[in-house]
Amino acid sequence: MTDASQTAAPPVPLTARLDRVGVVVALIAVAGMDWQPFATLKPNRLISGQGLSLAGSLPTLWAAIGIGILSIATIVAVLRTNAWLRLTTGIVSLLVLALLIGLVPATVVPPGNTFARVSPASGFWLMAFAFAVLTTDAIAKLRLGPLARLGMLAGAAVAVALILGSGHWDGLSILKEYATNADKFWREGRQHILLAVSSLAAAIVVGLPLGIACHRNPTLRGITLPVLNIIQTVPSMAMYGLMIVPLSLFAASFPIAAQLGIRGIGTAPALIALFLYSLLPVVANTVVGLGEVRRSVVEAAEGMGMTRFQRLFQVELPLALPVILTGIRIVLVQNIGLVTIAALIGGGGFGTFVFQGIGQAATDLVLLGAVPTIALAFTAAILLDAVIELTERRRL
Amino acid sequence: MIELDHVSRRFGEQLAVDDVSFSVERGTITVIVGTSGSGKSTTLRMINRLIEPTSGTILIDGKDTASVSGEELRRGIGYVIQGNGLFPHWTVARNIATVPTLLGWDSSRVARRVDELLSLFSMKPEDFREKFPHQLSGGEQQRVGVARALAAEPGLLLMDEPFGALDPIIRAKAQEDLLAVQQRLGITVVLVTHDMEEAIHLGDKIAVMDGGKLLQYAPPAEILANPAPGFVEKLVDGVDRPFRLLSLSPVASIVEPGTAEGPPILETATLRDALSELLWHRRDALPVTAGDGTVRGKISLQSLLAHASGPA
Repeated sequence: MTDASQTAAPPVPLTARLDRVGVVVALIAVAGMDWQPFATLKPNRLISGQGLSLAGSLPTLWAAIGIGILSIATIVAVLRTNAWLRLTTGIVSLLVLALLIGLVPATVVPPGNTFARVSPASGFWLMAFAFAVLTTDAIAKLRLGPLARLGMLAGAAVAVALILGSGHWDGLSILKEYATNADKFWREGRQHILLAVSSLAAAIVVGLPLGIACHRNPTLRGITLPVLNIIQTVPSMAMYGLMIVPLSLFAASFPIAAQLGIRGIGTAPALIALFLYSLLPVVANTVVGLGEVRRSVVEAAEGMGMTRFQRLFQVELPLALPVILTGIRIVLVQNIGLVTIAALIGGGGFGTFVFQGIGQAATDLVLLGAVPTIALAFTAAILLDAVIELTERRRL
Repeated sequence: MIELDHVSRRFGEQLAVDDVSFSVERGTITVIVGTSGSGKSTTLRMINRLIEPTSGTILIDGKDTASVSGEELRRGIGYVIQGNGLFPHWTVARNIATVPTLLGWDSSRVARRVDELLSLFSMKPEDFREKFPHQLSGGEQQRVGVARALAAEPGLLLMDEPFGALDPIIRAKAQEDLLAVQQRLGITVVLVTHDMEEAIHLGDKIAVMDGGKLLQYAPPAEILANPAPGFVEKLVDGVDRPFRLLSLSPVASIVEPGTAEGPPILETATLRDALSELLWHRRDALPVTAGDGTVRGKISLQSLLAHASGPA
């Protein structure tokens, strides 16, 4: 013992060698690996099933390789290591998890049994979360530029597409739900995106000019912003409910409206509700963005003989753009989430699967609606963040 | 020539500019000086109609400014404001090109003009053209601001506290640059400042304003020697009046016949320089020479002191 302490370099305190985020990541990963079931096996899609550990749900060799790689990854996470190594480790771990979970069905379900369902369980989700945090933390530490982040997003999308295309996950419960709902899935997906994007587009068309007018006219601003604020506080369920009566009456009194598809339930009330929710962020951020343009810059533009329109389009709007885009980002991500609820009033979208799943107590069907919604929102956020950063580059 | 004729401006109950009349000669620098709220900026902005006068008329070269649209008028007048107001999302070249572009100059002419102006303000075009304002120092930003105002070759340049945001050393340099450029281009400049020293240094004529009224309009020497009683007097009290007065005249103006011992003084030096030499060498008089070294006479401490004192 004395021998070792004499030859060793001056001891570095243990805490100095640990990565703070890494410790949390490791704790979650270890909890997921050792104490929580990796997958669930159910006799059929409705009966609750039995949890299986990582070792218990995979062939021994695969389980050993998996546990080995994930354990090394946990150690890399916990120690202070190079950010590129952490990024690689995070990505590799996520890929390993994706591959392992796909191997479970063939291992635990007897051949010929078409009723049994295998789905990822809490252990899988915890580890996926832990290594996703490791990956995003590494990306943040590396300060990757907007284009590099877009590249990583594209890489992730390609990876998921390849795994899905290879059929590796076809044994999993959520994909069995997909298989029986494939046509409907893409139809509802299109409807989901259509609702989110078209309500955003309408909000921009109305909100941008309204924001500009509010910037110019304090009286209008004093009325508009509080009203939009109140609209924003109406719970989405209530908002959809509130749409039903006036729209039904409207459709009843104007047959042309009914012919156009405007009814108390369906796409029309969903669109209107989403549009109303979208207005506040667009208008408020336009007002704030224009308000932040330095007074001296606007005055210089005026003093050099720019007309109001030239000032607005050449100076004020370009300078306010990053703030306005931030509002648009908020709206898009918010709408992608809110569209889910629109399914309640027949608006369609991925929410259809969520509410059907809740009705049938079929968790896998809920996931078939929830997972793509989250993926969409996530993608929209990364995409718009990158665009905002690109527009901000040259401004100070 | 600019003529303000009984110009007033009212903001609600407040009379910001009260019946102001003065005229500015072509090719001179006129400085409007006053405290904040004196109406000096409002007066300046009425010249390019950023603010419309409530009453009175303003003529530029005999033409009523109200006879053209505000935008058209402003495109023909250079305008520089405190903190330069450069467009942060545009390069230096595009900033300078603002007014020429608004006027529809073709792009090669605009590019030539941009390079010409950058060179005039001793900034290498190839180094500065593509930079963005935030990559420039405060002094460089200020110079680009003035270059931008001069881009469309205006005969008149309006400057609203143009050096207010600069530190003293860069500020002195910017003032010298302005004097040099003004002399070279022969333009008319109207400049607003709260700094009496700056006004005395730059102005061919100074307009002192307070409470919306024009109190005195005269050359700097006149303002220093005979300030209007009250506000103007108080304003010039704090600016080393004797030394200021001396720095406005050359040695040649009070050279006496005769000779004196000691190091000679150039006749183009200011009286202030002469006083400094006399005090330093403990002399009552020093010889005065022309640029080629020929002796023109002497300068005596006594006549210098007489020149530096206020009215009896």
